[in-house]
Amino acid sequence: MNINPIPKTSAQAPAVRRSVLKAEHLTKQVQSPEGLLTIVHDVSLDIASGESVAVVGPSGAGKSTLLALLAGLDLPSLGSVLLEGRDLTRLDEDGRALVRAQRVGFVFQSFHLIPSLTALENVMLPLELAGHAGARHAALETLRQVDLQERARHYPRQLSGGEQQRVALARAFVTQPAVLFADEPTGNLDAATGARIGQLLFEMNAHSRTTLVLVTHDNDLATRCERTVHMEAGGLR
Amino acid sequence: MRAVLLSMRMLSREWRSGELGVLLLALTVAVAALTGVGFLVSRISATVAMQATQVLAADIRLESPQPIDAADFAAARQGGLQTARATSFLSVVFAGDQSQLTDIDAVAGGYPLRGKVTVADQAFAQGRGAVPGVPLRGEVWPDSRLLAALGGHIGSRLSIGAADFRIGRVLISRPDQGGTFTGLVPNLLMNASDLPRTQLIQPGSRVTYAALFAGVPDRIAAFKQWLGTHKRASERLRDISSTSPQIKSAVDRAGRFLSLASLVAVLLCATAVAMSARRYVGRHLDSVALLKTLGATRGFTIWLTTLQLLTVALLAAAVGSAIGFAAQEWLVYALRGLLASSALPAASLMPIGMGFLTAVALLAGFALPPLLQLSRVPAIRVLRRDIGPPRPLVLLAFGPAVAVVVLLIYWVVLDWKLFLGFTAGLAAFIALLALAGALLVMAAGRLRAGGGVAWRYGVASLSRRKAESVLQIVAFGTGIMALLLLGIIRSDLDGDWRRSLPADLPNYFFINIPPESRDAFITYLRARGAQTSRVLPMIRGRLTAIDGRSVEKLRFADHRGEEFANREQNLTWSATLGADNRVVAGRWWTAADNGQPLASISTEFEQWLGLRLGDRLTFDIAGETFTVRVASIRKVKWDSFRPNFFIVFVPGLLDKVAGTYLTSAYLAPGAAESLAKLAHRFPSVSIFDIDDLLADVRSVLDKAVLAVQSVFAFTLLAGLTVLLAAVQSSRDERRYESAILRTLGASRRTVLQGVLAEFAALGVLSGLIAAAGASVAAYFLTTRVLDLPYVFSLWACIIGLLGGGFVVVASGWLATRSVVRQPPLATLRADL
Repeated sequence: MNINPIPKTSAQAPAVRRSVLKAEHLTKQVQSPEGLLTIVHDVSLDIASGESVAVVGPSGAGKSTLLALLAGLDLPSLGSVLLEGRDLTRLDEDGRALVRAQRVGFVFQSFHLIPSLTALENVMLPLELAGHAGARHAALETLRQVDLQERARHYPRQLSGGEQQRVALARAFVTQPAVLFADEPTGNLDAATGARIGQLLFEMNAHSRTTLVLVTHDNDLATRCERTVHMEAGGLR
Repeated sequence: MRAVLLSMRMLSREWRSGELGVLLLALTVAVAALTGVGFLVSRISATVAMQATQVLAADIRLESPQPIDAADFAAARQGGLQTARATSFLSVVFAGDQSQLTDIDAVAGGYPLRGKVTVADQAFAQGRGAVPGVPLRGEVWPDSRLLAALGGHIGSRLSIGAADFRIGRVLISRPDQGGTFTGLVPNLLMNASDLPRTQLIQPGSRVTYAALFAGVPDRIAAFKQWLGTHKRASERLRDISSTSPQIKSAVDRAGRFLSLASLVAVLLCATAVAMSARRYVGRHLDSVALLKTLGATRGFTIWLTTLQLLTVALLAAAVGSAIGFAAQEWLVYALRGLLASSALPAASLMPIGMGFLTAVALLAGFALPPLLQLSRVPAIRVLRRDIGPPRPLVLLAFGPAVAVVVLLIYWVVLDWKLFLGFTAGLAAFIALLALAGALLVMAAGRLRAGGGVAWRYGVASLSRRKAESVLQIVAFGTGIMALLLLGIIRSDLDGDWRRSLPADLPNYFFINIPPESRDAFITYLRARGAQTSRVLPMIRGRLTAIDGRSVEKLRFADHRGEEFANREQNLTWSATLGADNRVVAGRWWTAADNGQPLASISTEFEQWLGLRLGDRLTFDIAGETFTVRVASIRKVKWDSFRPNFFIVFVPGLLDKVAGTYLTSAYLAPGAAESLAKLAHRFPSVSIFDIDDLLADVRSVLDKAVLAVQSVFAFTLLAGLTVLLAAVQSSRDERRYESAILRTLGASRRTVLQGVLAEFAALGVLSGLIAAAGASVAAYFLTTRVLDLPYVFSLWACIIGLLGGGFVVVASGWLATRSVVRQPPLATLRADL
C-alpha cells in the first residue's frame, strides 16, 4: 500500500495534559426479559487530548456500549460524559448530533458506508453535514491520503473490504475531529489487510493529533495505543 | 437552506443509485392507472353526454308557447354558442283527397346542432344522414307514417295551410323526435322560411317555439346559468338530464361502475405505496442511523425525507400522467372501430391535476408516516443493528392513511349511504384478512411438523415474519378481492346489457290501437312474423290532488314533479307485473283486489312527487274523478323497450273508460312494405320506429363496455403492482436467508420450494377470503348500487382460490428467483 508521507513533526505528543473526554460513574442499564440488566457499571475514565486508548475485554463485556456512551450515541442511566468540557448527557439528541458533526469521528467494524453514495460522496458527507465549504476538495485530498483517489467514483459494493475501511478512515479523519472512536476497525478484515488498516489508522491519527478511543480484540492494535483499559462484566478492571 | 441544498444533493445521489426506484415505480403505476382511467372516463363521459344531447338536437333547448326573445339568441351568439330554431305545431296536411293531422316542425339555421336527421327515398326504408338537416325552401320531408297515410311519394305534392310543397325526401328520424312517445301523430319537417306562406301561425295558435343552443361545455354552463335567471316563466329549459330514460339508465350504471372501479384502483395503489414505503424505510434504517452518527439532526433527516418524497410525488405524477395519457390514447386508437359515431372529444386536463393531488395525498397518507418514523432511528443502531425506531403511536401510523382513504372514497362516490357502506365493508374485510393472517401465523408453528425441509423453511418464514405475513395477506387479499369483484360485476353488467338489448328487441311501438280492432291488429302483426310483447290499455288522465290537496297548491322539490303534476299522464291497468318491473315497496295486487281503488307507481314518480305508500291520488280521467291509494312502488327497467307506465291501476277500475291499446314488436329489417300496408289497414294506429333510438343506446353501451373493460385493465395493473410491492417487501430478508441456507448446503431448488410453500399458503388463504369477500361485495353492489340481478358465481370462488394461489406463487417466484440465483457469498459479503 502506498501511504502518503505524513510529516514526522505532526506525530509529536502534546506537551501539556489536557482532558478532552471525561466519563464519570457511567452506568447503563436496560430492561430485558430477565429483568433489569446492567451493561456498563460505574465506569470513570479521563482521556487526554491526543491520547490513544484501547478498550479491550471479552465479548459481552460492554465495550461497544461504553463507546456508544462516550460518543453520545446513547445516554447513560447514571453518570456523565464531558467532551471538551460539554456534558453530553445534558444535551438533547440534536445537540449531541451537532457535537458529533463538529468534534467526533467514527470507524466501525462493518464499515457503515452508505451504499447509495460513491466513495467520494461518503467522505464528503460529514463535511456537508457540518456545513464546511470546499467539501469535495477536502474529501478528495483525504482519499488521496488513503490512496483511493482513483476509486473516488466507485460505490461501496465495487470496493473490497479493505478499501471500504480505508474510505471509512478517510471519512472519519476528513473533519479533523477532536476524538475518533473506532469500534473493532479490523474485525471484519483478514490479518494482512487488518494490519495495513491498523497501520494507516495510527499514522493518520498521529498526523492529525486526534484523540483515539479504540475498542478491539486485536492485541497488535491495543499495544500500539498509549493506554489500554480492560473491561469485564461492565466494569473496568 | 443548507439542509435543503444538501437534501437535494443527497436526493440526486439516492436517485442515481436507484434506491427510490421501487417507491417511484409503485407510485407511477398508481398515477398512470388513475389518470388513464380519468382521461378515458372524461372522454367517454363527454361522448356519452354528447350522444345524449343528440336527443335534444342541441346541448340545451329552450321551449316556449310564445316566440323566443331575440335577445336570448343574441346573448347565446355573444357567448360563442351556435343557435338554431324549431317551431312545432299541429295541422292537417292534405294530398289530393287524403288528409292527416300532422306534427309539423319548421326548422331553420344549422338544425340539428347535435345528432343528425336521417332520410330515405321511400317510406319505412333504411335512413341515411341528410346534410343539411333542413329541407330546401318549397320542399317538405314527411315521415313514413304520414306518407303511408296520404299515399304520396317523392316528387308528389302536398299542401299545408295556404301553401303547396313538393315532397323532397322521406323523413326517417330526427334527433329530437323524443323517446317518450308524447307525439302521437305523424311528423313532417319543413323549412322555417316557408312558414309565413302557410298562414297557419296566427295569434292564439297552439305553437311550441324551441331555441337550440350548442357549444363548448364551459360556455354552455355559463349560458345555462344566464338563461336560468332570464327565462320567462312559460319557458322550459331542457338539457341532458331530461333526455330519454333508456340512455340515462345505461349511462348512470356505467358511471357508477367506473367510479367504483377507479376507486378500487386508487386503493390498490395506496396499498402498493404503503408497502414500498415500508421497504424503503427498512432499507434506510442503517443509513439514517449513520447520518445521525455523523452529526445529522432529526430535523435534517425529516427535511431529507420530505423533500425526497415530494420530488418522488412530482416525478411520479408527471411520468404517470404521461403514461396514463398515452395508454388511454392508444386504447382509444386501438378500439376506434367500436366507437359508433363521431370521434371521441379531446381529453380534459383535469385528470393531470387529479393525478398530482392523488400522488401527494397517497404519499402523505401512506408513505410519510413510516418515513417520518425513519427519522426517529437512534444513532446507536450503527453499533447495535437490532435497535430500530421506537414504535409509532397507532394514531400517527394509521391515522393519515385512514384519513386519505376515507377522503378518497367520499370524493369518488359522493354519496353518504354508499360511502358508509363501502367504508364499513372495506374495514370489515381488512379486519377479517388481518385476523385470518394472524391465525395462519399461529397455526404455522403446528404445520411445521409435517413435510420436508423446504416446507418447514417456508412455513417457518410465515411465523418468523409475523407482521409482514399478516400485511402480505391483507395486501394479497385486497388485491385479489378487488380484481375478482370487478370481474364479477363487469360480467354481470356486460351480461345484463347484452340481455337487455338482444337482437330481437322490440323496434316498433304501436299506439292508439282501438279496442275493437285490438285482436285483429295483433293477429295481423303476428301473421307477418312480428314478435309482439304485452298489449296494454292506455288512457290519458291528469293528477289533480294528493291526499285531498290540489296539486296546483303543492310545491315539489324536483322540477320534474312539477311537470308531472301539470301535464296529462298516460295511464294503464294490468293484472300482472311485467318481468321488467320489480316491486320495491308495498305489494302487487291479486285477483281479490280487482276493482279496488288501488294504483302502483314507479320509483321515479315516487321520488319526483315525494309520494309514499298509502298516499291518496286523485285523477281526472275523461271528466270522471278517481281517487286511488298507492298500493305498491315499482322499479322499472326502462331499457327493456317494452310498454311501461309510471302509473298502473288495478284491473276492473278504469275498464269502462274509453281508451286505446299499445304494444311493441320486433320486425325484421325490410318490413317497410308490411308497415305501409298496416298503416293503410289500421289508419288510426300510430307507428313509432325506434330503431334509431336503439342504435343510440347500443352505441352508448358499446362505449360504456369499452370504458369498463379499460378500467378493468388498469385495475388489473394496479393489482399486480400491489402483488409486486408485497413480494418485494420481504425480498431483502429472503436474500439473506437464502444465502445462509445455501451456505449450509441447501440446493437452490430447496430454497425455491420453501419460498413457494410460503407464498402458496399466503395465496390460497388470501384467495379464499377474497373470493368470499368479493361474492358478498358483489351481491351488495349489484343489487343495491347497480340495480342488477345478482347471480352467485361459483367460478369466481374457484378462480379466487386457485388464481389467487397461482398469481401470488407466480409473482413470489418471479420476484425471488433472482434472490436465489445470486451466489451466497456475494449476498453475505454485501450484508457484512
